[in-house]
Amino acid sequence: MSSAQLEIQLIACLVAIACAIPGTFLVLRKMAMISDAISHSILPGLVIGFFLTEDLNSPWLILLAAVAGVITVVLVEYIQKTGLVKEDTAIGFVFPALFSIGVILIAKNANDVHLDVDAVLLGELAFAPFDRLLVNGVDLGAKSLWVIGSIVVVTLILLVTFFKELKVSTFDKQLAATLGFSPLVIHYGLMSIASVTTVGAFDAVGAILVVALMIAPAAMAYLLTNNLKKMLVIAVFAGVASAIIGYWVAHYLDASIAGSMTTVLGVLFLLVYLFAPSKGLISVLFRQKRQQVEVYLLTFMLHLQNHSEESERHINHLSEHINWGKMQSKTVLDLALKNNMIVINNNIISLTEKGQGFTNKAIDYITTNSAVAIEKMKEDFFLFRG
Amino acid sequence: MTVTEYFNLLFTDYTLQTITLGTAILGALCGMLGSFAVLRKQSLLGDAISHAALPGIALAFLITGAKDSNTLLIGALVSGLVGTFWIRGIVKKTHLKTDTALGLILSLFFGFGMLLLTFIQKMPNANQAGLDKYLFGQAATLVASDVWTMCIIAGLSLLILLVFWKEFKLLLFDVDYTKSLGFNVKFLDVLITFFIVISIVVGLQTVGVVLMSAMLLAPAAAARQWTNSLSVMVVLAAIFGACSGVFGTAISASSNNLSTGPVIVLIAAVFVLFSFIFSPKRGLLFREIRYRSNRKDLELNKTLAFMYQIVESHDNINHPHAIKILNNFHGFTRKSLQKLEDRELITVTKTMWSLTEKGFSTAANLYNQLEENE
Repeated sequence: MSSAQLEIQLIACLVAIACAIPGTFLVLRKMAMISDAISHSILPGLVIGFFLTEDLNSPWLILLAAVAGVITVVLVEYIQKTGLVKEDTAIGFVFPALFSIGVILIAKNANDVHLDVDAVLLGELAFAPFDRLLVNGVDLGAKSLWVIGSIVVVTLILLVTFFKELKVSTFDKQLAATLGFSPLVIHYGLMSIASVTTVGAFDAVGAILVVALMIAPAAMAYLLTNNLKKMLVIAVFAGVASAIIGYWVAHYLDASIAGSMTTVLGVLFLLVYLFAPSKGLISVLFRQKRQQVEVYLLTFMLHLQNHSEESERHINHLSEHINWGKMQSKTVLDLALKNNMIVINNNIISLTEKGQGFTNKAIDYITTNSAVAIEKMKEDFFLFRG
Repeated sequence: MTVTEYFNLLFTDYTLQTITLGTAILGALCGMLGSFAVLRKQSLLGDAISHAALPGIALAFLITGAKDSNTLLIGALVSGLVGTFWIRGIVKKTHLKTDTALGLILSLFFGFGMLLLTFIQKMPNANQAGLDKYLFGQAATLVASDVWTMCIIAGLSLLILLVFWKEFKLLLFDVDYTKSLGFNVKFLDVLITFFIVISIVVGLQTVGVVLMSAMLLAPAAAARQWTNSLSVMVVLAAIFGACSGVFGTAISASSNNLSTGPVIVLIAAVFVLFSFIFSPKRGLLFREIRYRSNRKDLELNKTLAFMYQIVESHDNINHPHAIKILNNFHGFTRKSLQKLEDRELITVTKTMWSLTEKGFSTAANLYNQLEENE
């Protein structure tokens, strides 16, 4: 592994960390799409910054671009506040409009600006090590390494200092306001960090990957835990893992590093989405199925309790009266038998004492409407779940 | 070439005709279906799907090797639909919110698309030129067959809209009611989403992945400001969309170095801005005017109420009082007194004022009116 390769991976990891932290809060605050808007609308900021400074490496450029990002947020919020359109509509046309201004500014001055729209959107990590930071002729490493590195440090310091404030204002705005933290300051602080991170990261990895690195690790972490600290840690790990795996995939395929990092993120997300314990698709589907069967069982037992006459309790009567299919009635009957809720004599079904007790309790719960308690009750009575 | 020259050329130049017709139809189609997207709060779906279509384009190219735009569009359509339904899956089955799902699909699909594109570029037999036009769009590459495709799709969606008009309208405003009437909500939902996806995919070639969402939303957002009726809104949005298409093409054709997509989007943004400010019912300008006149009326009423309190203690309503005694009440000015006099609520003679009969009864009923209005 050459030093350039090491540097690329290091930059990629730092970008992943820098994005994952604000990304987590954006996802929790239901503002994920804002990161998409910011990542596009920094373009006019960059172009105008370039006109003013005539220097692509000036720190003013980064500052102006970050300001453009914050302006986007303010604009979106202003439009939303007028009540003329919904928030998502406001986001949906503010950033393309700003992006268009950027594209047109570049096109009109194509000879003077060495900015490429493709580069802003897609970035090229492979070139990052060529842009060195030289101080008095001494090579201190790749420039983006320093830029991203300082963003990570600042973000981490802010995160640790204002963790409590961020946490409270994310989950309970009113409480934050009554405790005396201004939600507004925290909101714009977060937006500024997101903007600066986007700007700092875009020339290494491109605007779209910034969006992916902000949202995807946070979304994965959200599926895996409900604890904010754990969520931040998982998000950072997922980002870093995808950065390193993505780099080697790109190396192997000889394709865009940003693209392959995103693809790895996509695969990771798909895995988490499918297999996350308790919140993943498979476990959700499994739980829904189980609840369905258990509700059927309950309905069935209530039916048995309501009817003492034998004709209503005949085994073939299930499919006729309650309109169940063969498979369905078999599943429900098996479950009831396994749990010793019913006995079957000559195809006539009757409740056992335990079944009687369960049904009575269930009626109690249903009439008092405490839906939560019924899960606990099932645990008390069921030997086998549906 | 100036814009007027462009419009003169429009009648003779075949290429210009094709491109203009293409962007106009695209604008109309997007405006029409965009109205539904906006009202269904699916505004950002356009953004997500346009990005999600990219891997489809690249895969279609990888599999068939064809550059024919219809083949690529089918690829885009398929991956756009996969993206859409995955978004729904995420929102429905997990606790991730819509915005997260949109952002996820958008960036992940786009990144995968980029991976494929760079992979294609490095293939030895790569005649991939023209694939990257889907990123930013190039209206100049529109040919007659593309315009035909747009025409067919626009016609088809118009037909579907007309046939299912009542159902779509119900679905927009009251899903539960629609369900209870026995309509197949799932089918309708999929149908309208399908057509929104198609319109996005069709527009990719012209305005590109990045700007497509504005193309879908802006005309609809502008149209929304002028009316509360769905049919009027859809028609208006189609007109706005078509206009921004035509003007955008005109402006970009009449100067060098301007790609059509951004110009069309900016024109559409101008429409939105204009509608936001100047629409008579919802516009910011008239809202501010109404707000101010309401405030003035309130001030007048306050003065009147104060006068009424003074007058109440006298037997004769018309008994004149000095303007001076109003001094400890700051709501009045010469102008407001003049206005009250114009409305025949008071009479002013030099330094004295007195309530008229009309003024007295208005003041007496001031609070009753308020209650009635509520």
